[in-house]
Amino acid sequence: MTATVSSPPLHAPGVPELSRRRRTRDVLATVMVHVAFAIAMVPLVWILYSVLGHGWHLLLDSTWWTNSQRNINPERAGGGVYHAIFGTLAQALICAVIAVPLAVFTAIYLVEYGTGRLARAVSFTVDILTGIPSIVAGLFIYALWVTTFGLQRVGLAASLSLVLLMVPVVVRSTEEMLKLVPNELREASYALGVPKWKTISRIVLPTALGGIVTGVMLGLARVMGETAPLLILGPYASSINTDLFNGNMATLPTMIRENFGLPDQPAIDRMWASALTLIVLVLLLNIAGRVVARFSGVKK
Amino acid sequence: MAQRIDVKDLNIYYDRFKAVEDVSMTIEARSVTAFIGPSGCGKSTVLRTLNRMHEVIPKATVTGTVDLNGRNLYDRDVDPVAVRRTVGMVFQRPNPFPTMSISDNVAAGLKLGGERNKAVLAEAVERSLRGANLWNEVKDRLDKPGAGLSGGQQQRLCIARAIAVEPQVLLMDEPCSALDPISTLAIEDLIEEIKTNYTIVIVTHNMQQAARVSDRTAFFNLAATGKPGRLVEMDDTTKIFSNPGRKETEDYISGRFG
Ligand SMILES: Nc1ncnc2c1ncn2[C@@H]1O[C@H](COP(=O)(O)OP(=O)(O)OP(=O)(O)O)[C@@H](O)[C@H]1O
Ligand SMILES: [Mg+2]
Repeated sequence: MTATVSSPPLHAPGVPELSRRRRTRDVLATVMVHVAFAIAMVPLVWILYSVLGHGWHLLLDSTWWTNSQRNINPERAGGGVYHAIFGTLAQALICAVIAVPLAVFTAIYLVEYGTGRLARAVSFTVDILTGIPSIVAGLFIYALWVTTFGLQRVGLAASLSLVLLMVPVVVRSTEEMLKLVPNELREASYALGVPKWKTISRIVLPTALGGIVTGVMLGLARVMGETAPLLILGPYASSINTDLFNGNMATLPTMIRENFGLPDQPAIDRMWASALTLIVLVLLLNIAGRVVARFSGVKK
Repeated sequence: MAQRIDVKDLNIYYDRFKAVEDVSMTIEARSVTAFIGPSGCGKSTVLRTLNRMHEVIPKATVTGTVDLNGRNLYDRDVDPVAVRRTVGMVFQRPNPFPTMSISDNVAAGLKLGGERNKAVLAEAVERSLRGANLWNEVKDRLDKPGAGLSGGQQQRLCIARAIAVEPQVLLMDEPCSALDPISTLAIEDLIEEIKTNYTIVIVTHNMQQAARVSDRTAFFNLAATGKPGRLVEMDDTTKIFSNPGRKETEDYISGRFG
């Protein structure tokens, strides 16, 4: 039998023809979806284009990655962002060390143990934290750290304000991942005579690990680009400071801010190049998150 | 090893809904007991009270007693975790742990129970996989993921996992309902083999299967939807299938309803 697949009968018995109206709507919807996509892409491409265009040449110089801006006037070219990269990474790391356990345990409580009023209250609090503008988080820590305790605006204080922003993100993403773990696995574990806490730590968490790590990385990436709290709590310094407890500590966002609005071309170049460095850092973190997620947890 | 179970005046609730009413029965040691009955009559519910898995569900409660070897599982000072180590369970859908290899899956119960000795674990893995008729199929890929096996192999893996902790009772909730006829036969053969060492309770919708594998059969029914399920009768399987004591049992078995 030779079937001609290419030209089916226009009026196959019982199969109604695709009506003109539906066809028009289909075309219309397709066009609209593509146009919307293209419009959404415009700012993204534009940002990447201008940041890359203005900033890339500084990144090719090895001193960019190894030096600070110590003793370099804004009108002079030269120096690097090592001090700011260090500050951003150190503050993000401390933030993660505090925020991740807090958030993961909160999520475990909400998904595995929480019932009733306390769980609802915790969940509500997380919702509120999610909605806090980042500058308010900065002001809150300022009020606590500087006004109440009379301490200096050091790197650690900036980290703490980032914690407030990271916790809700990681709680929510971890919660979603824990909910995705099928109940059947928990029951299988209980049926083997495994206690609940061990079921959570050895069965549920490993199964959800990939997703949890991805959530943490995304939370970190978000926090690394946060600027508002740093403007309040993290005054810029042009030289390297590795002490989170003393002195001003530069970060990439505050370095961008520092070089913004100056008339000199070297400062403008530095601003763009710092922005590009921040984007690259966040991108690397995202990629790392995905790689870790792929190689951990569920075996395929 | 194997032990008999005495159930007395069991009422089972989901929150305020009474799912099963007034069940009393004796499950003999070293035998296979089948639970049959229409959907929703509470077979799974009763089965899950036999190893205190019922209470894993929020607000699920039980009244009455379940005696294992003369000890009531629902006594206040009995640890449900210990009960589940003695009374193992195999579920309707195969559920190997997705993060673990085949051998880790089988050893999971022992490992999570604190066993560290590699030789002991390896020995238990082989013994259990042989016991579950899976050894020959997987012995060359023990470190491959358990989720990579076929459905029937996964179910036998779950059986191996359950028997690795050496329970005295094995509960099986429709263990073959997701499997093809050949895997089903493999599991029925397996039940036949291991029943000399275990007390086995199996829920099934397949009358032939109940007739083939079980020594005793319990028929559950419910008066109407929304009403609690109850045990209609329990007897030797041959008797239930040839000459049941109650009319509704006969109707159900001959396919007149349910
Ligand atoms: N988690 C639950 N929460 C509330 N009610 C439940 C729950 N599980 C079962 N029930 C109810 O308990 C009754 C008995 O259910 P059960 O699952 O034991 O039936 P079954 O005999 O195993 O049915 P099937 O043959 O379809 O598996 C049903 O009315 C069911 O709706
Ligand atoms: Mg059932």
